[in-house]
Amino acid sequence: MTAAQLPVLSNEPGAEPSSSEAPAINPCTLCAPLGAVLVTCGVRGAISLLHGGQGCATYIRRYLISHFREPVDVASSSFGETQTVFGGEDNLIRALENVERQYSPEIVAVATTCVAETVGEDVPLLLKKFNGRRAVPLPVVFASTPSYRDGHIEGFHAMVHSFVDAFAAPMAERSRVVNLLPPLLSPADLRHLREVIQGFRVSATILPDFSETLDGAIRQEYRALPPGGTPIEAVAQMAGSLATIDLTMTGKAPRASDLLAKRGTPTKILGLPIGVRATDTLVEALEQATAERQPQWMADERGRLLDAYADGHKYVFGKRVCLYGDPEWVVALAGFLLEIGAHPVVCATGARNHALEEGLRRYPEGSIDEVLQDVDFSRIEQACRRQNVELLIGNSKGYSIARNLDIPLVRVGFPVHDRIGAGRLQVLGYRGTLALFDNIVNTLLARQQDTSRVGYSYL
Amino acid sequence: MPFEVLEDRRSQIIRADPHRVAKLGCGKASAAGSVSQRACTFCGSRVVLYPIADALHLVHGPIGCAAYTWDIRGALSSGRELHRVSFSTDMRETDVIFGGERRLEASLRSLIAKYSPKAAFVYGTCVVGVIGDDVAQVCRRVELDVGIPVVPVMAEGFRGTKRDGYNAATRALLSLVGRGDTSGIGKVSINLMGDFNVAGESWVIRKYFEAMGVQVVSVLTGDGRVDDISRAHGARLNLVQCAGATTPLAQAMEERYDIPYIRVSFFGIEDTSDALYRVAQFFDSPEIIDRTRVLVRDEVSRVLPVLRSIKRDLQGKRAGLYVGGAFKAFSLVRALRQLGVVVAVAGTQTGNQQEYEELQATCDRDTIIVDDANPLELASFLVEQDVDVFIGGVKERPVAYKLGIGFCDHNHERKIGLAGFEGAVAFAREIHATATSPVWNLMPRRASRPREMVP
Repeated sequence: MTAAQLPVLSNEPGAEPSSSEAPAINPCTLCAPLGAVLVTCGVRGAISLLHGGQGCATYIRRYLISHFREPVDVASSSFGETQTVFGGEDNLIRALENVERQYSPEIVAVATTCVAETVGEDVPLLLKKFNGRRAVPLPVVFASTPSYRDGHIEGFHAMVHSFVDAFAAPMAERSRVVNLLPPLLSPADLRHLREVIQGFRVSATILPDFSETLDGAIRQEYRALPPGGTPIEAVAQMAGSLATIDLTMTGKAPRASDLLAKRGTPTKILGLPIGVRATDTLVEALEQATAERQPQWMADERGRLLDAYADGHKYVFGKRVCLYGDPEWVVALAGFLLEIGAHPVVCATGARNHALEEGLRRYPEGSIDEVLQDVDFSRIEQACRRQNVELLIGNSKGYSIARNLDIPLVRVGFPVHDRIGAGRLQVLGYRGTLALFDNIVNTLLARQQDTSRVGYSYL
Repeated sequence: MPFEVLEDRRSQIIRADPHRVAKLGCGKASAAGSVSQRACTFCGSRVVLYPIADALHLVHGPIGCAAYTWDIRGALSSGRELHRVSFSTDMRETDVIFGGERRLEASLRSLIAKYSPKAAFVYGTCVVGVIGDDVAQVCRRVELDVGIPVVPVMAEGFRGTKRDGYNAATRALLSLVGRGDTSGIGKVSINLMGDFNVAGESWVIRKYFEAMGVQVVSVLTGDGRVDDISRAHGARLNLVQCAGATTPLAQAMEERYDIPYIRVSFFGIEDTSDALYRVAQFFDSPEIIDRTRVLVRDEVSRVLPVLRSIKRDLQGKRAGLYVGGAFKAFSLVRALRQLGVVVAVAGTQTGNQQEYEELQATCDRDTIIVDDANPLELASFLVEQDVDVFIGGVKERPVAYKLGIGFCDHNHERKIGLAGFEGAVAFAREIHATATSPVWNLMPRRASRPREMVP
């Protein structure tokens, strides 16, 4: 089997995924506006407004709050029957005005729900009309996010694209800034990536950056909008940066980094830095972009990671692992597992595109047994049974599989609804990989210890 | 934070004066842009029907509505757990263009064949309402073929508030009630509605009634079973807890089957005792009244010393609460008062005029009463009223924590049973662990105060 002929069970390579009439059983994807909301959380002074029913905003809030354990305010234009029949213009205007009064935002990011899309609301036109009547326009940005078409991944990319498109104008001069376009990462990983970039004596513009807004300190006073996030002024200067490092796999969505490249910033598309090799690649890209050498602390962390690999390699060798989640995560984790001698037998995603399959092609033939795209957790569970999986790595929604199969689950990514500290999970870079490696090895050791008749006290 | 309540919302906030009850501007759609804590009509229907554990719950729509309602509640089952699996027709663009009926029918047939449920509920979501799929027609066709009830629940998100969703759930339940055989149901028999068996609470309540000699035919909405619901019309009395959700159902059963209902609550020892006595009085049998007296006496004498000792630590603490329905709010105000805790903020998502009047009468003077609040209002009320513990659901939690204020989950996600006598103790312990934890003394809000004010 060559790498190009990875077995893809859920759909034929090259064809549009799914659209079979099979129902979803325990979905492995979320809806598109959720992705747009997360991006908005990562822009300073921005608030999300969903054009559509009240429930969508509330469900998304609840889902995000359960993961980040932070306030996530999402406004809704609160569609009722009248708006569904006669259009939602009045409600959208009222919502914008009320959001402005309560939050004094720097910008309102509007995304659509299914009902607004289905009735055919022309939101860009409505926003133009709204601002046309005002002496001082309210800064707004818009992304179309119907969930019958896209999942949270596309919603995320659509909103990043909208921000870049709306604000990043071509610049006359180049500044010592590196842009970073991440997929959905934890606040801790976002903080670390900033530290890594700054290690090369440049500053970083990360879009989105919710490292502070969704992992904030307790303060004396409640802030309507939490401090942190990438300032719009920084987004406006992104086309004048030294380079854009794009860590996303957008699938069929347009790339924000393509826009930035057109407007003047060279782009490098990389995988997520999980593992030594993947992080080396990021380091090389940053060295090239900044003409600086990596700082000593980074080299030291690399050395410590190698040391940990030596300490722990036996425990992970040949382990049959199922990886699931967003394509960027699964591809990067597969590379990491191959690097440490584990066996990613099942690689699965609920994403409705071919990004996963394409991303996995970079690994040698025969290294992955099953690739599943546009699947739900019931099909992932079937694959785990077929492949005698011994360990799951992914978000907390795979817990039912772990329980049914009596195998451990190492939680990474989004969402993690059954542990605290999801925002502090660190997986990226040499430092994050070390934390992940320790976590995986210790999970396996704990399992061995707990199920052993002897109960060894030295392992 | 100079916070000002939105003009659109001013009529929905008042300060209680037990001697001068005021009207609230409740019962309307959430103000656009307010960031309401409410969900939607679909949510209302899903909440009520969720604990029916041997039914298939198929959400007909795009993936989000099913993804967000997957296993979100702590409603336990004593047997099958089909309610904890998320089923969606996962509508795609072509379905929206050409209609989703074919996909719905195929999904229904394959899932019923695979899982052999006792009934199927099909929830219509916003998109389905707009494109006009004839869900009822598909349900009828499949029902005829497969021989189990296949019930459309038309509660598209935009069709109203959460309360309208309760009504849709009522219609769905009513289509099951009356189908079953009522033999074996005695004269002293009840249904319990509006208890969701969160953390096994229905089992606690059922145990009390068994001790009293009262037969529980069905807990329609907690550890629910299709067969039990189908024969619920055989019971002689309906008990309505969580009144907002199930009063319409009780009213309909009174009209249709001549079964009276009473409103009860099992939160707090006062309300629990009262509920049990009222059921005993309804059946008017000296034996049942005697057994109830013994039960209540034993339970109260077991529980009261624990509550009293906890009260010593809690005396004078201040609480805020924001809950779904008003009846829970009444019970909580009373239960907290018994623990020496003053309720300074009391709000609900779906209270009606009459309920808010009762709430004002129940609360102390100057308690802030709020309908359909948003996070900024809640944050400002908690600060203004200087509360020690806030009681609500997951969406309210970060508001409290971000202020360095304790929080107690009293929603359906919780894992601790809070109903009945034993629940009253669990609730007291929960409030105690929350309000007296030393971590709050380190928070900026408290740490900046003069030291003698720090407990």
